Amino acid sequence: MTSVAEKSSVGTAETPPPGVARRASAWARRAPLLPALIFMIIVTQLPFVATLVISFMDWNAYYPEERGFAGFDNFVRVFTDVNMRDAVWTTILLTAGVVLISLVLGLGIALLLDRKFRGRGAVRTMMIAPFLVVPVAAALIWKHALYNPEYGLFNGALTWIWGIFGSDNPPQPDWISNMPLWAVIFSLVWQWTPFMMLILLAGLQGRPLDVIEAARIDGANNWQIFRSMTLPHLRQYLELGGLLGSIYIVQNFDAVFTITSGGLGTANLPYTIYQIFYQAHDYGRASAAAVVVVIGTIIIATFALRTVSSLFKEEGRR
Amino acid sequence: MTATTVQAAPPGKKEGRGGAWLSLLAWVVGILFVLPVVWMVLTSFHSEANAAQNPPAVFAPLTLEGYREFFSGGASPWPPLLNSLTASVLSTALVLLLAIPAAYALSIKPVKKWSDVLFFFLSTKMLPVVAGLLPLYLFAQNAGLLDNVWLLILFYTSMNLPIAVWMMRSFLSEVPVEMLEAAQMDGANLTKTLRSVIAPVVTPGIAATALICFIFSWNELLFARVLTATVAETAPVFLTSFVTSQGLFLAQLCAAAFVVSLPVLVAGFAAQDKLVQGLSLGSVK
Repeated sequence: MTSVAEKSSVGTAETPPPGVARRASAWARRAPLLPALIFMIIVTQLPFVATLVISFMDWNAYYPEERGFAGFDNFVRVFTDVNMRDAVWTTILLTAGVVLISLVLGLGIALLLDRKFRGRGAVRTMMIAPFLVVPVAAALIWKHALYNPEYGLFNGALTWIWGIFGSDNPPQPDWISNMPLWAVIFSLVWQWTPFMMLILLAGLQGRPLDVIEAARIDGANNWQIFRSMTLPHLRQYLELGGLLGSIYIVQNFDAVFTITSGGLGTANLPYTIYQIFYQAHDYGRASAAAVVVVIGTIIIATFALRTVSSLFKEEGRR
Repeated sequence: MTATTVQAAPPGKKEGRGGAWLSLLAWVVGILFVLPVVWMVLTSFHSEANAAQNPPAVFAPLTLEGYREFFSGGASPWPPLLNSLTASVLSTALVLLLAIPAAYALSIKPVKKWSDVLFFFLSTKMLPVVAGLLPLYLFAQNAGLLDNVWLLILFYTSMNLPIAVWMMRSFLSEVPVEMLEAAQMDGANLTKTLRSVIAPVVTPGIAATALICFIFSWNELLFARVLTATVAETAPVFLTSFVTSQGLFLAQLCAAAFVVSLPVLVAGFAAQDKLVQGLSLGSVK
């Protein structure tokens, strides 16, 4: 990261004006950046400082007169809370499940769409549609119009298929109660596969075709070409899709809130904290949980940012 | 699995039977993915009785009953839709106003340590939004800003600003250095350079950024739910509250979901390529 920064600053300091003038020009450079930077610090960093302070306080909105300093009590409660531990697991399963499944599906579909065939544009447009449905609306549609055991499309289709074979006793599973976490995961995979597909398709189309042609002439088979040329080329696109997908899905609230209301073991961290804050009104504990989540996120994000920054350096080198 | 076989057909060449099967597979997958959306639209035009049939009544007569019920049945959806529009449009404008100069200072005339600043912006996206929810709520409560659309506008701006800065930086770095230098040689001042050299190159990028910011603001639920009530309620919040109280409601729900998604569907379909650029923070061109 620093090497890029240094390189750029060398380029800009051709005529080093001495003293005051130099400082003035440095500020002139910074000026356009400052409004955005200050805005971000006030709106995103200050609240976090407040969260940190509140996390050490005994503060429940239901008992306003008992507000006071709590030391590490809130943190002890967060770490010993079974719900919180479950929420951590749920969050990991949910995020990893959605990101991995939609990456694999997205890759397969991107490869299918990288060929020329009749109606390619139409199929691409159809594929994008799920991503353009408002997330809450999508979750509501999955819950009521698809998963519903009595009149949802899934069980409707089962009745229909069984009816074709003359059976009037089709299986009618209650999808959400039987597999709550998967129900949430599938609805999110449906929304995020198009996203992965779009990024990977753009990556595929940036592939050097002449090199592939040359390899083919040299007798490489399709699997070899895919393994040793396509996949390495796609690596940075896979990483980008995985990272951006994780950033959004780790914070998912809409699907969990709508489809299961956090019940049946689907409460992830955002939902759990929302509940402690919005329903239990335990501000101290909610803040402590938030602080723990932020620390966890920082640890994971440090690795993730290293990935982006390596991608970014490649771009800078170009 | 698909991967190996797909490669069998180099793009642009005549394909054998395998190719035809793959095209068919692509069509089937596409239809499966769009099916829930089609089902939503179809159901929204059915009567409630037909919408709740099992097996599904695909060819039932079409009606506008669901839409009529949605728009004039209970609480009017217009105020929430207008709130969403206000919050999305104004926050997008504010984001562009802040992001474009910032991106300029991170690409064309970069400040020192510009890449650190860039990563600071991205890192705020990784901070869980719930962590800032409570203090913002308390602040809003004390400042009398609860249930006020301006609070949402401010929050959505902070939510989208990092994405916009990354995107705009990526687009601004495409402005050729030679062109900037040539403009400087010709004695063009800043306004002139901005107008005649930079603007033509980055205008499509600004459109892509605006599209993404609009979509994300329009879709947001968690903050809108916590920080608004009856006055500043947005369309997604309206959707969640609207389900609970109804009896037979599937057609109406589908109509509501379709109406709320319509702006995003229209904008997204109209600008498919911009969508990819935007979602990848400008790194996929």
